Parts: sequence; structure tokens; C-alpha cells
Amino acid sequence: MAPEVLPKPRMRGLLARRLRNHMAVAFVLSLGVAALYKFRVADRRKKAYADFYRNYDVMKDFEEMRKAGIFQSVK
Amino acid sequence: MLATRVFSLVGKRAISTSVCVRAHESVVKSEDFSLSAYVDRRDHPLPEVAHVKHLSASQKALKEKEKASWSSLSMDEKVELYRIKFKESFAEMNRGSNEWKTVVGGAMFFIGFTALIIMWQKRHVYGPLPQSFDKEWVAKQTKRMLDMKVNPIQGLASKWDYEKNEWKK
Repeated sequence: MAPEVLPKPRMRGLLARRLRNHMAVAFVLSLGVAALYKFRVADRRKKAYADFYRNYDVMKDFEEMRKAGIFQSVK
Repeated sequence: MLATRVFSLVGKRAISTSVCVRAHESVVKSEDFSLSAYVDRRDHPLPEVAHVKHLSASQKALKEKEKASWSSLSMDEKVELYRIKFKESFAEMNRGSNEWKTVVGGAMFFIGFTALIIMWQKRHVYGPLPQSFDKEWVAKQTKRMLDMKVNPIQGLASKWDYEKNEWKK
């Protein structure tokens, strides 16, 4: 046995402390992931769609496709 | 003469009884595997049986001393009592090992061996790929997809520059 006396370790509340710490980390991580998703994926996609349709001319698009020859009903 | 005859009868009875009891003992005695076993487990900190079953003479003496006040026990005696009761300490039973290196190495070896098998299969078993995998076919296919403006917002056609007729930088 070691000559010096070790400090008495924590005897109680071990599970409670573990749960508390994990809750905090889980909360922070979830918020972080949600924020990252909102800004980098959701908002970016909404902006891409808005930008695409702002000045979208469907007839011009159709004419380009028709000239490229992909349709069977209209040449 | 009669007394000895009677005594020998009684003696015989006693002997045969004790023989029966002894025989019965070995039949009824529990096998080792049906009794609780000693285990070193984190989730079973105090097993039902001690680690050392058969104590030596000095250990028996120590167990007798344990019945008195414990402050009279020396440090070594306390450790000896601990080692009688338990095989490994928690620190010892929880120690890490290098087994993971064997596991990872073995897994990678067998994955590599599987790769060799697949290479052999590609060469000697599988037939040719369909024509839709040819470079020219894929080029014509991609051109048609761009003409149709497939996924023009975030997908394929959004990566094509229709003015310069090339992929966007």
C-alpha cells in the first residue's frame, strides 16, 4: 500500500453527474447540428430556388429544349 | 462370546450405515459447475465465493486473526486477505490490451484477400459490361440530359454553362 493517504473518491451521484454532463453535451451538439443544417443546407437551397425562378422564362427554356431535339411530340 | 457376536452385528450395521452415508454423500454432493463460480466482473463486484477455495495453514491462521480487531493486521496481511477473496483488482481486470491491433490487422488482411478474389472474378468469371457503359454512349447520354435540363437548380444542369458550352468552373 502507498505510504500517503489517497483522497476519498466520489461515492455517490455518479450516474446523475454522468447524465447531467451528457445532457449538456447532447443539447449543445444538437443545437449546433440543427443550426449548421439550417444555414448551410436549408437556407442555401431556398436561395438557389428563389434565384432560379426570379427571372425564369419558361417559353425560352422550352424553345431551347425543342431546338436540341429531345421532344417526340414537337420538333 | 454372545456379546462379541452381538457387537459384531451392531458393528456391521454401523459400518454398513456409515458406508451408505458416505456413498450417499458422493452422490448428493453438488458438482463444481452447479455452484456459484468466482468471476472478475465490473458489474458483479462481490462474487458469492472467494477466489481461494482451499486455504493453506498460514492462510487459515490469517483468517482466524481476521476475526479479531482489524487494526492489529499489518498492511501485508490486509493485502493477503484481499488476494484470498479476490483474484484481480478492479484496476487489473480493467486494464487495456493490444488486442485491437490484432483485430484491425486481421480484418484488413481479409478485406485485402477479398479484393484479390474479386479481381480474379472480374478477369475470369464476369462477362463484358453492357454498351451503355462505353465512353461515347455516356457522353451522348450526358449531352441529352443537359439538353433536357435535368435538375437545373442544384443538380446536373446547374453545373453546365449554357453560354460557353462547357462545365462551370
